[in-house]
Amino acid sequence: MIKLLNVTKTFPRTGTALDSLSLHVPKGQFVFLTGHSGSGKTTTLRLIHMAERPTSGEVRVSGFSSQRTSNRELWKVRRRVGFVFQDFRLLPGRTALGNVAFALEVTGTAQKDIRPRAQRLLTQMGLSSKSGSRVGELSGGEQQRVAIARALASDPLILLADEPTGNLDERATRGILELFWTINALGMAVVMATHDLELIRAYPRARVLELDQGRLVYDSQEAN
Amino acid sequence: MPRALSEALSAFRRAPLLTGLSALMVGLALLVLGLFSLVAYNLRQALTAVEERVEVVVFLREGARTVDVDATIETLRAIPGVEAVIHVSKEEALQRALTELPEIQEVSSDLEVNPFPASLEVRFLPGSRNAAAIEEVSNAALAMPAVEDVRYGQEWVDRLFSLRRIGAITALALGSAFALVAALIIGTTVRIAVFSRRDEISIMQLVGATNGYIRRPFLLEGAMTGFLGGLLATFLTWGTYQAVYHFLFSLDWIPGQWVWGGIGAGLVFGVLASGMAVRRYLQEI
Repeated sequence: MIKLLNVTKTFPRTGTALDSLSLHVPKGQFVFLTGHSGSGKTTTLRLIHMAERPTSGEVRVSGFSSQRTSNRELWKVRRRVGFVFQDFRLLPGRTALGNVAFALEVTGTAQKDIRPRAQRLLTQMGLSSKSGSRVGELSGGEQQRVAIARALASDPLILLADEPTGNLDERATRGILELFWTINALGMAVVMATHDLELIRAYPRARVLELDQGRLVYDSQEAN
Repeated sequence: MPRALSEALSAFRRAPLLTGLSALMVGLALLVLGLFSLVAYNLRQALTAVEERVEVVVFLREGARTVDVDATIETLRAIPGVEAVIHVSKEEALQRALTELPEIQEVSSDLEVNPFPASLEVRFLPGSRNAAAIEEVSNAALAMPAVEDVRYGQEWVDRLFSLRRIGAITALALGSAFALVAALIIGTTVRIAVFSRRDEISIMQLVGATNGYIRRPFLLEGAMTGFLGGLLATFLTWGTYQAVYHFLFSLDWIPGQWVWGGIGAGLVFGVLASGMAVRRYLQEI
């Protein structure tokens, strides 16, 4: 599903972000990607999303290789890989429904199906009563649920989340994690970057990968 | 395409102020070009009107034989670019002088002989009123036995043609500079409009929209902004033309092709600027 083969990523200004990283995430696995700030978590997620290309090595995602996928074909990768951010990245001028519908519109869903599908996704996120609310009227947890609904709009096989609970209180954090486990139970691989070790300990079933200065220093799968 | 069109129109509806300001900026940039075109076109018309008066006068020898005069007329008529060769007899020349110069009338009764020579007036076709054609006619006429002299105000004609050349070069240089400034203003204006929607672009990419899908509404929006700006510039140039025409002096309105050329330039600039701005964001993410 996801393979990083000896991947190094160097940025001109900040230097090496990932150093010869290799890992394999099979279909349907739940992975916590952890490490200090600057350890390479976000870079790893961006490489899987193909928002960045490796300086050397290869990234393979659901049949697409970073070496053979042109910029024009990246949209195909993006439809198989949903992405959720710490800062939600919703369109503030639209409602919750409008934000999800936007993702469906731009990925070519038939006009008549957009509204019912967007409504169904929001219902799955527990937001059926908030579909008409503007983004500014929603709590942080609710905004993140809208962002997850949007990420699921294209029926992806993988869900990436970059510190998705970083801006949320404990209760909202638990709610989002439960949602991720529900999504994962449907067969979707989830890779979540977080530095919250308490949160990681609360879900011992998940695989944990720890990065330090761009290198993989711990893999719970191998430790067991 | 209907989706791209409705997206572009909804962008107009969502941010009418920004869109209006963009079109206004494009319009003002193109207005400079429009006013310059108005001035350049009228100067060209004035020069053309002066040029139409360019002619060569071939003075005939006293007592030249009719057969030689006819041969001269035929030779000159055969030169490419010559529109007409008009024979002015001595009597006609005197009559013209009496009509046009009142002082001649006072002394005409004292004249025992008509001092005015017969002549041939050579007129040129539009597009052939140039130094080379004039020289060709002049040389051909001087080689004919019936011809005494040739006059065409060489210095004046040379100056006129120099003025025309300088005018053409100045118009090209200034026109290009104004067009470049207009293009830069339109480019910046459209880029600001695209910048205001960079989040939308990034989210479209995030969820898997194709580059073409993202680009199309922006290209259409750029085209519409450019087109509206072009129309506005035409309207403002027309207003200026009307004001000058009614309150200052008479002048000609620029040809329709120039107007459509200006509107088309606005449209093309808008599309290009939009395309470049979106391309930048598509590469960034």
